Amino acid sequence: MKNVKNKIWLALIACVLPFVAQPAFAQGAVADKWKWLTFLVFGAIIALTMYVTYLAAKRVKTVSDFYAAGGGVSGLQNGWAIAGDYLSAASFLGIAGLISLYGYDGFMYSVGWLVAYITVLLVIAEPCRNIGKYTLSDILAYRNDPKKARIVGALSTITVSTFYLTAQMVGAGVLIKTLIGIDYEVSVMTVGVLMLAYVLFGGMVATTWVQIIKAILLVCASILMVILVWSQYGFLGDFLGSVVADPKVQARVAALIGDKATNLSAQQLGQIFLEPGLFLKVPLDQISLGMALVFGTAGMPHILMRFFTVPTAQAARTSVNWAMAIIGGFYVLTLFLGMGSAMKVGPAAIAAIDAGGNMANPLLAQSLGGGPDSLFGNLFMAFVAAVAFATIVAVVAGLVLAAASAMAHDLYVGVIREEHVTQQEQVRAARVATILVGAMAIVIGISAKGQNVAHLVALAFAVASSANFPCVLMTLFWRRCNTGGIVLGMVVGTLVAIGLVMVSPNLTYPKAIKEAAQKVIDGTPARMAPITEALASGDAAKVAKAEKDKAALDRAVAAAKANIEKFKNDNTSIMGLEKPWFELRNPGLISIPLGFLAVILGSLLYRDKRADDMWDELYVRQTTGILAAKAQVH
Amino acid sequence: MSAVSPATPVYNWAAIDNDPRFQSLHSKKVAFLTSLMVFSLVYYFLLPIGAAYFTDIYRIKVYGVVNVGILFALSQFLVAWGIAFYYTAKAKNFDIMAAELVREADKIGAKIGAKK
Repeated sequence: MKNVKNKIWLALIACVLPFVAQPAFAQGAVADKWKWLTFLVFGAIIALTMYVTYLAAKRVKTVSDFYAAGGGVSGLQNGWAIAGDYLSAASFLGIAGLISLYGYDGFMYSVGWLVAYITVLLVIAEPCRNIGKYTLSDILAYRNDPKKARIVGALSTITVSTFYLTAQMVGAGVLIKTLIGIDYEVSVMTVGVLMLAYVLFGGMVATTWVQIIKAILLVCASILMVILVWSQYGFLGDFLGSVVADPKVQARVAALIGDKATNLSAQQLGQIFLEPGLFLKVPLDQISLGMALVFGTAGMPHILMRFFTVPTAQAARTSVNWAMAIIGGFYVLTLFLGMGSAMKVGPAAIAAIDAGGNMANPLLAQSLGGGPDSLFGNLFMAFVAAVAFATIVAVVAGLVLAAASAMAHDLYVGVIREEHVTQQEQVRAARVATILVGAMAIVIGISAKGQNVAHLVALAFAVASSANFPCVLMTLFWRRCNTGGIVLGMVVGTLVAIGLVMVSPNLTYPKAIKEAAQKVIDGTPARMAPITEALASGDAAKVAKAEKDKAALDRAVAAAKANIEKFKNDNTSIMGLEKPWFELRNPGLISIPLGFLAVILGSLLYRDKRADDMWDELYVRQTTGILAAKAQVH
Repeated sequence: MSAVSPATPVYNWAAIDNDPRFQSLHSKKVAFLTSLMVFSLVYYFLLPIGAAYFTDIYRIKVYGVVNVGILFALSQFLVAWGIAFYYTAKAKNFDIMAAELVREADKIGAKIGAKK
């Protein structure tokens, strides 16, 4: 067994090394000249996490070690690990990017990600710690029919994790390519192999430590950058004053609001950057997203799983408090990172490398360190890029563990073998499931290259909030809840959430894209007229500006033509629709109430003596924590 | 799994559930959690709703360029932390009530007489 383990280790290292040693170069945000530096920092972080995994692997002997780190994680450690599990690249790079491009709206967007933890703290963390063991389905199976509960719980866990995992894998591929220009496939493989190594050998112990390391790196990098930003632009009020007075910010606002900008002073334009309305245009969608975040986080299997790693409900409470301090503190810093990069780098330069603003933080680091040609600037950028990479790997590891536990612990051990399994068999099943999920993640990640995956994150939160959350909450707090309720709730919540996203504006609608492209092309002569006039005017400044405008117009026309060509034979989305049937990007507003309704109706229409008989036991245990310590020794 | 196995019931769960001390813990806890949850949701959803429908209020400058919108968004963080802090302080009382029940749990069933 030991020998086999060593061989797998070697094979994995052999897989990763060539990627690190001979990267397939292309153009990225980091200049070729400085790529060695980036790889050095990447290598150092990978080596550190691998060493931690090696140490952890020795400690993983039982099933409880593999799924729940033996219940021996402290509240403080778990708080950092939750932050590491939760703060994805979308948070580190995406939200700072949104703030750098759209100001206030980007910051408002970040609030829901913290508020989500109030739900976790108040109604989920402690009861789940008190009655749960390794997975979300353990909670559902406590009083409901164990087989049925495990099947629906496992399927929804796998669904949610796969959506989130795919979004992360595709995001990782695109991100690493944009950062350092490594090929998409190579990036996805590297991320996949690394997270496989962590989970396969170190189980929850290694995953926890990788998440802690990543969270510490993330927070340190952010604090360092914010201090440098403050030292240049002032603190709080002064900082915001610098933002408003910044010409790059003012130009960005003018470009965003178009004609309305003509009568406004520069100062007024800058002020608009601190007001709502530049990015989020559909209020209902905002509220719907808020609902998905606030209820979905509490239904995320990989977050729930973290509460089984601490020994008591009190430790679970402490861990959420720490997590809220870290996550909240991080999002407050993000305000300064985002607006700092808007001033230091400029929204136009950020959007030029990545339209979504994902490169704001790395570019800010480079600029703060001394610019694109300085050693320190590139070292700082390499560090931030490596932190972003560690971020993805840590989140992905948590997701893989959640999906693998649903497969091995719920489906194989619970349903197929009906709990008649030895410790060793269970650990083996967990490892086999990990390899399956990891391989699946790599294959899906590579085959989804170039696909629009934005809707997958919305989908993951939608299913978690509309199916998992109502089922867990009602099982824990409603006497009448039973097997019928959770089966119907899971099915309806999942199907409605997926169904609505599939007909929402998240998907690509070729007809609309082609129409928009045609509009650009049709409008060209009208836009070309003043440019031609300016070019002929002979005024040097006007000519220079006109040439710039002409180049921009040419690019827009080329992009429009490319789109028309790309969708030549397509008129409908993959669902066969010409335009979205459901106007919101986030289905929570509809699907969450329907999920709850389904749990209630299903419970009332179904008779289940066991759910009724077990209520007293479940309710006393979840409220008092009696027997919780014993469950974890088991 | 220990929870499902018939060997576990050393406790008379129904009797504990009916015990006045448990009933008092349960009703206090649920009332507290519900009100705190509702408050946090209302406070949070005021932010996007306000940004959409009361944009003019968000624009009012309070100090220099700092406007109501920025302060309200920042207050969300303080309120979230405040709720967590308040909950944690209150939860200590629940812990004490629960600990007493846990200590005497095996006796509670015996007093009334085990049903099973």
